[in-house]
Amino acid sequence: MGESVILGIKDLYKSFGGVAAINGLTLDVLEREVHAVIGPNGAGKTTLVSQLTGVVLPDAGQVVFRGRDITRMPAYRRPHLGMARSFQITSIIHDMTVLENVVLAVQAKAGHSYRFWESAIVDDQLTEPAIRALTQVGLEAEAMQIAGPLSHGEHRQLELAMVLATDPELVFLDEPTAGMGREDSTRMVSMLESLKGSCTIILVEHDMDAVFALADRITVMVEGRAIATGTPDVIRADRLVREAYLGEDMNTAVK
Amino acid sequence: MKSLTLRGWVTLVVLVALALLPVFVNMTGREFYLVLATRLVILAIAAVSLNLILGYGRMISFGHAAYLGIGAYAVGIPAYYEIYNGFIHIGIAVVVSAAFAFLTGLVCLRTRGVNFIMITMAFSMMVFFAFVSIEEYGGDDGLVIEVRSEFGRWVNLENDTVLYYVCFVSLLGILYLIRRIVHSRFGMVIQGARGNEDRMQSLGFDTFRYRLVCYVIAGALCGYAGALLGNFTSFISPEMMDWTRSGELIFMVVLGGTSSLFGPVLGAGLFILLEEILSGFWLYWQLIFGIFLILVVLFAKGGIDSWLGRRPER
Amino acid sequence: MDWTLLTVQLLNGLQFGILLFLLASGLTLIFGIMDFVNLAHGSLYMVGAFFCATLTQWLDSFWLGLLLALPATAIVGVLVEQIVVRHLYERDHLDHVLATFGLILVFDTLTQMIWGPDGQVIPLPAWLDGQVSLGDAIEVPTYRVAIILTGLAVAFGLFILVTRTRLGMQIRAGASNRKMVSALGVNIGLLFSIVFVIGAVLAGLAGMMIGPITEASIGMGNQIIIVAFVVIVIGGIGSIKGAFIAAILVGLIDIMGRSYLDVLFKMFMSAQNAETSAPAVSAMLIYILMAVILAVRPSGLFGPRGR
Repeated sequence: MGESVILGIKDLYKSFGGVAAINGLTLDVLEREVHAVIGPNGAGKTTLVSQLTGVVLPDAGQVVFRGRDITRMPAYRRPHLGMARSFQITSIIHDMTVLENVVLAVQAKAGHSYRFWESAIVDDQLTEPAIRALTQVGLEAEAMQIAGPLSHGEHRQLELAMVLATDPELVFLDEPTAGMGREDSTRMVSMLESLKGSCTIILVEHDMDAVFALADRITVMVEGRAIATGTPDVIRADRLVREAYLGEDMNTAVK
Repeated sequence: MKSLTLRGWVTLVVLVALALLPVFVNMTGREFYLVLATRLVILAIAAVSLNLILGYGRMISFGHAAYLGIGAYAVGIPAYYEIYNGFIHIGIAVVVSAAFAFLTGLVCLRTRGVNFIMITMAFSMMVFFAFVSIEEYGGDDGLVIEVRSEFGRWVNLENDTVLYYVCFVSLLGILYLIRRIVHSRFGMVIQGARGNEDRMQSLGFDTFRYRLVCYVIAGALCGYAGALLGNFTSFISPEMMDWTRSGELIFMVVLGGTSSLFGPVLGAGLFILLEEILSGFWLYWQLIFGIFLILVVLFAKGGIDSWLGRRPER
Repeated sequence: MDWTLLTVQLLNGLQFGILLFLLASGLTLIFGIMDFVNLAHGSLYMVGAFFCATLTQWLDSFWLGLLLALPATAIVGVLVEQIVVRHLYERDHLDHVLATFGLILVFDTLTQMIWGPDGQVIPLPAWLDGQVSLGDAIEVPTYRVAIILTGLAVAFGLFILVTRTRLGMQIRAGASNRKMVSALGVNIGLLFSIVFVIGAVLAGLAGMMIGPITEASIGMGNQIIIVAFVVIVIGGIGSIKGAFIAAILVGLIDIMGRSYLDVLFKMFMSAQNAETSAPAVSAMLIYILMAVILAVRPSGLFGPRGR
């Protein structure tokens, strides 16, 4: 550690119809760390991700990526700076094949897509990185299958492959183990572990096992603000966190 | 020889039938079939162009007939001023259609769902009413042209058979073009973007721009079909752009099965054949047509395409 | 400056706007609450006009004709909703559009089968057929004033219905969150049917009121439905207030534009150019207005706000 700040969030504020979902959030994410964001339901974690990925724009505050103010940058420009995200509710493209899904991800970074003549799916420049990403998550056998009918766990793996295929510097993972059983979760966590160090990861999660296995630092959000940020040990010991977090999870994770 | 699926056979049979039709007409002297087939092929081109945005892109444009009208007037108005050069006609048809698609697309593609449908409808009616009020070019009564587009010695459109083959070859060319577009990087983005807006944006695609380009291509192709139509009918009226015409085009695409390459051709064929047969029987044939349409929507959503079995690849 | 002409045209614009409001209000409710694209709304407008024509002729009374044509139109609305529309709520917009397009064909043909291809005249009682004076020198057709007053009364009634009654509350709740309302025990199927029928009656009423002026004719709904769509797009889907403001705006701009655009053009171009271009441009005015408003507010003036 001891790295520089890759993403700086300062006094972020967002309200919906008078209710503040994000209420003055300040947070620095360090280069190449795995930074988990946890908190009770309604704390604003999902809103935070949508603000940081540009899906919804904040009312006030600042988001700086590698020294560049990206607060109001539209969502579709952010991947080109090196950011990628996975969705809480799986957002793969159901009627395309697994390979096509990942090819799209590769294509997005490979310059513009105003090419009307050559077939995309036989283009090595696109398929090679795609297959590599699929191999990384263990889905290469399913490459030619239509994505929709696959299992939930496989959908999540595909989501991750789409993230990896773009070779990102900063990744937002929005509850990557959501809806997964024990076995799938463990596999996902070990996959994410192998990612550690190659890029920065901001991880929003409810699964405390995953959080404590992966996180270098943890931020606890309550009612739209960060009430504590620190290493897992520090967070475990923090009384404010224990009180605020309605967490039986917290207590079971503390062993 | 590779074995063909049912889908492959139907496509082949239809194409061969269309290719050989003039020979049949020549032998039997039934001019009427040539007229019917020419209209079928032209509308098939329009339907295929609509499918690019409707089927592959899921943009429900209810104003596509506007381009047929623009293309037709692109032939009619220069002819009115005694400019008969076919290249100029086609040039104007395609360029004006593309421009109209671009300008209206800028507005309508920022909207969604119901709004998009209504706005595309409204813009096509705007052009309709504009032409109705231009007395010079016939207004409501339309424009009659005496001479078809001229392309020099080699292609004489005054010959109905030549016109038919120009239309047929155009259809083949456009089908091939759309096939390449759909499988290209561009096509991947368009298909990915239907119903997955957020996902595509977070991958890094400015979906609005891609859709706009797709919309312009579809409009330009339909404008070309309009130019062919203008040559075919020699009576050009705003009626061609009425929103109910756009509805018929959508019907053709759905009947044939959306997002299949050849589906719209089959749909256009079925639509026109039904129209011909039914209108011969009964004055009030549109009643049956309307009921048929409702039944298709309620019970046969996949169109002819779904009866031909699963697609092996897109 | 011909004040009489100006007043008459203003009144015409207002009247057209009120008529558009009657059409658009039902339609925007149907769009907003059921997310259902109803192209056949214009057919209900036509059906209302024809019912009124026939009943007026049979009973020799415009009032009775109007009064009885309303429930008759309501019945048609119920039939349409039960037989076709209700199976489509769960489908996508393309299905709505195609099915209701089919309905238009059915209605147009049925109407022709029953009433023949010619239009039907709706005769007005003598006292409505005359003129009424506004101030000293200006006389305007009584009937136009009657339409405006009736339309405003209906608009007021709608306002009360939507804001002050339980049904109205359910309608507004259903507009924002259908599943929630259903989970709270409201009979969604019944609510949708009621909304559809209200829309049908409003459309029919519009047809009945315009009938004496333009006569009931086949396909009369197909052109005005487009203008109603423009009104809804400008006003914002689901918003009755938006529909009202947009309708008046569109009505006035359309009528005044057609009457006075050439005058405006003559101020900065030759008379000949003005006369050839004005008709075409005035025909396009409301669509240009729509485009301008959408450029600034893609969801319309009072539509659901985007992010």
